[in-house]
Amino acid sequence: MKYRLKFGLYILILGSLLPFASSASAPQASRSDEDVLVTSGDIGRRGGHLLASLHSDPKTLNPVTALDVPSKQVIGLLGADLIHIDAYTQHTEAALAKSWKASGAGTHYTLDLRHGVRFSDGHPFDADDVVFSFKVYQDEKVHSPQRDLLEVAGKPIQVRKSGPYQVDFELPQPYAAAERLFDSVRILPRHLLERAYEEGKISEVWGTASDPSQIAGLGPFRLKQYVPGQQIVLERNPFYWKADKAGNRLPYLDEIAFLIVPTADAEVIRFQAGDVDVISRVSADNYATLEQGQRARDYQLYDAGPGLEYNFLVFNLNDLSSKHLPDIGRKQEWFRRVEFRQAVSAAIDRESIVRLVYQGRATPLWDQVTPGNKLWMNAATPQPPRSLAKAADLLRSAGFTRREDGVLVDAHGQPVEFSILTNPSNAQRTKIATIIQDDLAQLGMQVRIVPLEFQAVMARIFDSYDYEASVLGLVSGDADPNPEINVWTSGGATHVWALSETLPLPGWQTEINRLMREQTTILDYRKRKEAYDRVQELVAQFDPVVCVVSPHVLVAAKNTVGGFKPAVMGDYALWNADRLFRIDILRKR
Amino acid sequence: MIKNPKFWISAVALALIHLAVIGAAFFAPRDPTEQNRDFSMAPPTRIHFFDSRGQFHFRPFVCPGAVEGRRIGPSGYVEDCSNPSPVRFLVSRQTIRNGNTLKASWHLFGVDRPAQIFLMGTDDYGRDLFSRLLYGGQTSLGAGLLAAGFSLTLGLLLGCVAGYFGSWADDVIMRGAELFMALPWIYLLFAVRAFLPLHLDAREAFLLLISVIGLTGWARPARLIRGVVLSARQRGYVLAARGFGASSASIMRRHILPEVSSVALTQAALLVPQYILAEVTFSFLGLGVGEPEPSWGNMLASLQTYSVLEGHWWMFASGLALVPIFLLFYSFADSLLGRFQLLDVYR
Repeated sequence: MKYRLKFGLYILILGSLLPFASSASAPQASRSDEDVLVTSGDIGRRGGHLLASLHSDPKTLNPVTALDVPSKQVIGLLGADLIHIDAYTQHTEAALAKSWKASGAGTHYTLDLRHGVRFSDGHPFDADDVVFSFKVYQDEKVHSPQRDLLEVAGKPIQVRKSGPYQVDFELPQPYAAAERLFDSVRILPRHLLERAYEEGKISEVWGTASDPSQIAGLGPFRLKQYVPGQQIVLERNPFYWKADKAGNRLPYLDEIAFLIVPTADAEVIRFQAGDVDVISRVSADNYATLEQGQRARDYQLYDAGPGLEYNFLVFNLNDLSSKHLPDIGRKQEWFRRVEFRQAVSAAIDRESIVRLVYQGRATPLWDQVTPGNKLWMNAATPQPPRSLAKAADLLRSAGFTRREDGVLVDAHGQPVEFSILTNPSNAQRTKIATIIQDDLAQLGMQVRIVPLEFQAVMARIFDSYDYEASVLGLVSGDADPNPEINVWTSGGATHVWALSETLPLPGWQTEINRLMREQTTILDYRKRKEAYDRVQELVAQFDPVVCVVSPHVLVAAKNTVGGFKPAVMGDYALWNADRLFRIDILRKR
Repeated sequence: MIKNPKFWISAVALALIHLAVIGAAFFAPRDPTEQNRDFSMAPPTRIHFFDSRGQFHFRPFVCPGAVEGRRIGPSGYVEDCSNPSPVRFLVSRQTIRNGNTLKASWHLFGVDRPAQIFLMGTDDYGRDLFSRLLYGGQTSLGAGLLAAGFSLTLGLLLGCVAGYFGSWADDVIMRGAELFMALPWIYLLFAVRAFLPLHLDAREAFLLLISVIGLTGWARPARLIRGVVLSARQRGYVLAARGFGASSASIMRRHILPEVSSVALTQAALLVPQYILAEVTFSFLGLGVGEPEPSWGNMLASLQTYSVLEGHWWMFASGLALVPIFLLFYSFADSLLGRFQLLDVYR
């Protein structure tokens, strides 16, 4: 899974609405040879449209190359995967594969596909499409971001057709989260894309200027119209392979339109004006603003609790021997002391951050797993309250002392001062940094906040290592620990605090590396959880980064949207778009 | 002696404002960086003269406030008037800076704890906006005055040289001035900031601001002064002085500078508000003095958030403070123009 470094840099462009014509697709009668997936949940009513928003134009509609969040959000509704992770329960569930079985000690998987399923252009789907899709995603020349995910222990998964509706997957070694690998790997229509692939042009197809009739998928919606900078309209896929308990073919909605509303504030204003029906992500400040109009304007706010995002203070622990950064190198002597980081952690007033930055709509954190991750959180990780006395003791034990003027100095008499990089366009992280600055001042540390433009912050953290500390946030696409390998094992692409690590590793880091690698091959959930629990303990104890807070997932929707059930992962508001419906249509009829 | 009342009113009012800002340590009840985390975004404290029984009190009092539930904002704070606290004047009180309690010092007013007095409310971190406004004025007004002084000195020097000596010196300086006038300030500061080390404390950032504003701003006064010098050097008394063998330096000092000084003074009154605004703009964009030190620009920065803009009117304080100050400076400059009969120079 990929990580998004979230700094929320948005540009204001206001889109305009196009009048909606109700979709003309006739409901499809279910054929007897068709394996329709019957879903549980409320029974809705067909028709109507939903207005959502995107913060910027999608860059592409091609699932093979999509990287940016808006593209993924739209593609998520146009395509489908074999096995899907339910964003609400966080468990895997059958999707295009109606069943699967593992054999050979967990290295061999046989997936049985649904019969009679059709792409949104009416073309039938079978095992050839699956084999073709995996071939494209795994092709080195295509450079698909999914390619890394379809490798286990550095080797690609072997895919083989064993029947018109059956596919075999061979893993190089047992892999604990094997079923979860299939999530978000959208199946491609071979009949439309094979030629482009053979010509080496697969990355160029399905751009945003493509003719909607040339784009087909297995998702609940298909592309109807795209007006750059204004809106993207999706219409109901009449061939979708899910139905409700009453046998009604899903999705219920005729159309979903995404307006391009590039800032969170503009989104809130348009929501209040009634131009948008749902907001997938409301900031805590805006949540408080919207709360006042809830009754009068007939909408509902949802606090889904902590999501999978964790915000932390990171110190630069990179090996700087190849860089000419003597000042930072000198300060690393402090940052590398476990007691120093522990003291910082003990001095941070997480409760105040929750209250002042998130208006109470966040959860303090001491390790990387948030309470939103129901399956993997280690409830036993110690959560010590803020203690300046403990912090002062830790600093004293590491040789730091306070001068008469209150300034903290190290063993060489150097005053402890460092800077925290922030990006001013992310108001919440800047506020967190300001609170930390004040908290650490109480230990005699002089902390400066350096606001820099987003790209400059990223360049310093990932390329030049020219920074001392920063407040960052990471959000995992999945609740499973596997995507976290990139963050917590040394050498990982998102091992932010020590991307270049040539020095001997501390004992706890070696243990984290071992545990993270081991858990990928343990098939028993309880044993895996034990390993990951230990990783969380080590993170909380040795503070490679100082975990601070996890904001709640806050969502808003009009009361006319039925079946609305926000989740803490995936697309918070529209993860179940196929089951959303308009209550006002129900009332009218 | 200037008899115009406009001059005196604006001069006295400006002097008072600057006095309040210079004496922030006395007039402000708190340290500008002291966080009161239980009072985040508290509205201005109400000053009462009548108690719950309707009885009038000469000594004003405040009611301790408390947060209601977890809501934050004007409706989240409730006053508890069962235990009012009188406003005390000339109090000796300890302030807290960086978590360290400083020695007690005298303040104009204050209340006994647990009551709090926030004349203009508080910001996100519960910092007293009135105190921040006064201390922030030291940065913003100070930057305006110093940058104006800097750019005027440069302008005066280069304008005099260009106007008096003419020829190639005039050409070089005036083309240079045109180049500087065409420079986009904000981008220049972005570029300068990117080249500087990350560590810039408040004082260094302040000096950087002044240098950039001053350096880019000398061109206008220089052009104006050059014009005045150009006409002055043709005057009969200057030609006579030169005929008697007076040196250039002496002519400059005795004859030209007195001509120019009135223009320079008026220019100063016009430049100061422009430069205050420049400082506010830079700090608003995060390029000026950094947190937690206040400046009117970084105080306004929180208004970039819709929720603050919509629900916390008191956060506009530093923006509103600029309005009377600008009016006073312009009225001051206007009366100077009238006094020195310089309107023609500016036309």
